[in-house]
Amino acid sequence: MIEEEQVTLLLNDILELYGYDFTHYSRASLKRRINRLWAADRFPSFAELRYRVRSDAGYLKRFVEELTVNVTEMFRDPSFYKCLRTEVLPTLAAKPFIRIWHAGCSTGEEVFSMAILLQEAGLLHKSLLYATDLNPDVLESARKGIFALAPMPQYSENYQLSGGNRDFSLYYTANYGYVKFNDELAAKMVFSTHNLVSDHSFNEFDLILCRNVLIYFDKELQERVLRLFDESLGPLSYLALGSRETLKLSAIRLNYRQITPEKIWRKIG
Amino acid sequence: MAENRLMQSTANTPYKAVVIGGSTGSLDVLLPVLSVLKPPLTFSLVVVVHRKNTPNSPLATLLSVKTTLPVREVDDKDVMKPGCVYLAPADYHLLVEHDGTFSLDDSEKINFSRPAIDVTFESAADVYGAGVVGILLSGANADGTRGLKAIKQAGGITVAQQPATAQVAYMPQQAIDNAAVDRVLDVPELIQFINQLNEANQAL
Repeated sequence: MIEEEQVTLLLNDILELYGYDFTHYSRASLKRRINRLWAADRFPSFAELRYRVRSDAGYLKRFVEELTVNVTEMFRDPSFYKCLRTEVLPTLAAKPFIRIWHAGCSTGEEVFSMAILLQEAGLLHKSLLYATDLNPDVLESARKGIFALAPMPQYSENYQLSGGNRDFSLYYTANYGYVKFNDELAAKMVFSTHNLVSDHSFNEFDLILCRNVLIYFDKELQERVLRLFDESLGPLSYLALGSRETLKLSAIRLNYRQITPEKIWRKIG
Repeated sequence: MAENRLMQSTANTPYKAVVIGGSTGSLDVLLPVLSVLKPPLTFSLVVVVHRKNTPNSPLATLLSVKTTLPVREVDDKDVMKPGCVYLAPADYHLLVEHDGTFSLDDSEKINFSRPAIDVTFESAADVYGAGVVGILLSGANADGTRGLKAIKQAGGITVAQQPATAQVAYMPQQAIDNAAVDRVLDVPELIQFINQLNEANQAL
């Protein structure tokens, strides 16, 4: 079991040597993941784990990948997507151009879900989906639009529950345990690395989705990121968070009205 | 011996958290237990139950109609206060931070479960050490045994439901076989035990 001080040492090393700043990540979760990695890679001591991280950039890559959680699915929380369909997209439809930012998009399942919603609403042709993550490897995977076949029945069920009434399998071609989503969905996506901890706002958006990313940050970093979103949101635009995340502790909450019960807020101030 | 442990621990450290984990059949225990515990509780009661991912969980509602204690399904960064019952939300692991807040984690399932009992037990042991009591109820899964070991190692008290009284004996039996459980209790004993912890805290 790693000690609190050792976690601090390791995080400082990673920041100093590689520029990745995990010092404001939620400690309990981070500590658990470091312990898992320590056990999985069979380091006999903390000193050896630290030495490897400090001296082997290839290992650092694995370390960062294991520290960050890349669990995601399509149409997770169907009622959330239903609300996007019925409440959010209709108000964006009048715009000449719709800009959407998926912050912390991981392997892209949510981005493809959104593209499907936009296409069904007849809005995809005038939308642009910016999908960012700090990890270039997950972006590379997202860009291909290739996902495992196994969870598709679940995704299809989620899709139906979200109000989708097409045959979900029309959106992809299956082959050898994988599916590839239609190129027309990916045509409006722009993938790029962006680190919420250190990078700035890069555009103004009508909708920002950042679901189950803030839970990995401490309160201070959460506030910084929410301010970054606030700066990146135009008037009457929307911010969407994960189902147990909230604006209630943030100073920006006064400028937003929640579309209850979903974790979607509209900028009113 | 367990009796002595209880007295010794309370002499120095109050119990900060009582963490209860369960799976299939655990509601048959939780509901009667929560219905008779009387406020104010001097510690936080944290409940991790395996369940399906449904929005606006009926479980929180179900628990709150059975007890006069405030019941809260945890949101990210909620402050953990004594006297409250906290329920791990569906589809997230629930962890405790050193600053007394909760944090959530949607990483891989552990023991096929999210929330996983082990995650919350280990995290509570890390933060509260001897100030945590772990209670493992009925279930058909090995989740919770690792977590009870961590609580035991940290100096806390470990409890398993008497397997003969559990709807599914597997989970508490795993813990008894592998985790050096301090007490094996049936439902009336469990109620008495939690009330006793509360009184011990009040006496401090």
